[in-house]
Amino acid sequence: MNLLLILLSVILVNNMVLSRFLGICPFLGVSKKVETAMGMSIAVTFVMAIASVMSWLVQTFLLVPLKIEFMQTIAFILVIAGLVQFVEMVIKKTSPTLYQALGVYLPLITTNCAVLGIAILSIGSNYNLLETLVNGIGGGISFTLAIVLFAGVRERLETAPIPKALQGFPIAMIAASLFSIAFLGFQGLIK
Amino acid sequence: MNINGILWPVLTLGGLAILFGIILAYASKKFAVEVNPKTAEVRDALPSANCGGCGFAGCDAFAEAVVSGKAAITGCPVGGAPLAVKLGEIMGVTADATEKHVARVICCGDSNNAKEKYEYQGITDCKAAEALAGGSKSCRYGCTGLGTCVKACPFDAIHVINGVAVVDEEKCTACKKCIAVCPKNIIELVPTSKEVRVLCKNQEKGKDVMQSCKVGCIACQKCVKACKFDAIVFENNLARIDYSKCVNCMMCAEACPTKTIYANFNNRKKAFVHDDKCIGCTICSKHCNFEAIEGELKGKHKVLEDKCVGCSKCYEKCPKDAIEMR
Repeated sequence: MNLLLILLSVILVNNMVLSRFLGICPFLGVSKKVETAMGMSIAVTFVMAIASVMSWLVQTFLLVPLKIEFMQTIAFILVIAGLVQFVEMVIKKTSPTLYQALGVYLPLITTNCAVLGIAILSIGSNYNLLETLVNGIGGGISFTLAIVLFAGVRERLETAPIPKALQGFPIAMIAASLFSIAFLGFQGLIK
Repeated sequence: MNINGILWPVLTLGGLAILFGIILAYASKKFAVEVNPKTAEVRDALPSANCGGCGFAGCDAFAEAVVSGKAAITGCPVGGAPLAVKLGEIMGVTADATEKHVARVICCGDSNNAKEKYEYQGITDCKAAEALAGGSKSCRYGCTGLGTCVKACPFDAIHVINGVAVVDEEKCTACKKCIAVCPKNIIELVPTSKEVRVLCKNQEKGKDVMQSCKVGCIACQKCVKACKFDAIVFENNLARIDYSKCVNCMMCAEACPTKTIYANFNNRKKAFVHDDKCIGCTICSKHCNFEAIEGELKGKHKVLEDKCVGCSKCYEKCPKDAIEMR
């Protein structure tokens, strides 16, 4: 029950992108087509799940015993960057098709703050390993939900008659903020 | 001060970094995917502009396509001829057609010369204007001048000047993007070395052309007579230069009454005979179509500068390399 709550909370109530405003960069950058948005979000979900577990291990067995929790951010960045590199190599070798599908998105995730964010948030909420894993997967799903929905909207914006001053990024920003306001409606769903 | 407060973070993070480094180094060996070494070589030779001018998604994709034979080694518009030669060395094939080409807009009917048939107030896009009775210019073959090609050019090499698109030949990389978007089909790829150009596509009869544009080809055929090298072909009421025969003598441009045939006369070369090499064989004067070389047999030859048009025929024929074009 607790796990389900965590999942719902991270997907809807505290949506990574639309409520916590993490990962805005790929949210705006890679949301021009639903197809590429899907590829990006699958890669993000994948990395988020592994990264949150890895960073939990580093936190629990390295940083806490040594009393250097203040190095959390740097340590996590290190873990995530190394992890993404490693995952990329493994995927390239073992599954060329998956590598082709994720393609350029994998290295991009190294700099995705949503991945770092979910790791730090999990630690901050004192989750155990299983909860951290669920939170990581949930974070990925919440990112997927936001970016794929948004990509759908932007695809329709392409053909919409938009005033010249608002064409391109301005209207995307407005759409994103309306999205965020809509997701405010989930506040209070879970206390 | 507690030295441990500095030591532990340094040791931990340093240790983590070294650990990841070792793992990654091991993984890169263990999970190394063998790539064709040629792909890497080709990739290194490419200009890395990632412009997509070749039609592939960036330089990496182009390199792979070249190695797998899907793309020609001349496919990169940015690298041009020198790159094609380099790729040819890597791939073990010789580059053909390595002469640099540029795009040229075949129209000179600017706002001063071509008449407007109505005032166009729609969106600034050539295709939209084309749909409205073939554009606002009364010549339906001419440049609409709304700059769809300007927007398409990734190299800022084409600009609309006074109602007609003009290519900046220095910047043009012959990527063909403007050619693809032009609804009038008046942009062509031409060898850069060819100076002379017929700047009209109008296939109507002379009188009709005159009514719509001051600088259109009126099919008078004076250029055909002026050309001593049979390089001008006449078809559909329009002169066309056969660039395999054109020698840049610019006689057609001189003869053209409407100045439809354009040539930059500043670039016209003159032949010059080096006295120390000339043996007086008269071969050059025999081949000169313009009687611009004088000199007796066994005597030194001289080029009459006012008659020479820079066709390079003598330069090609001189057995002693005594003639220089400058």
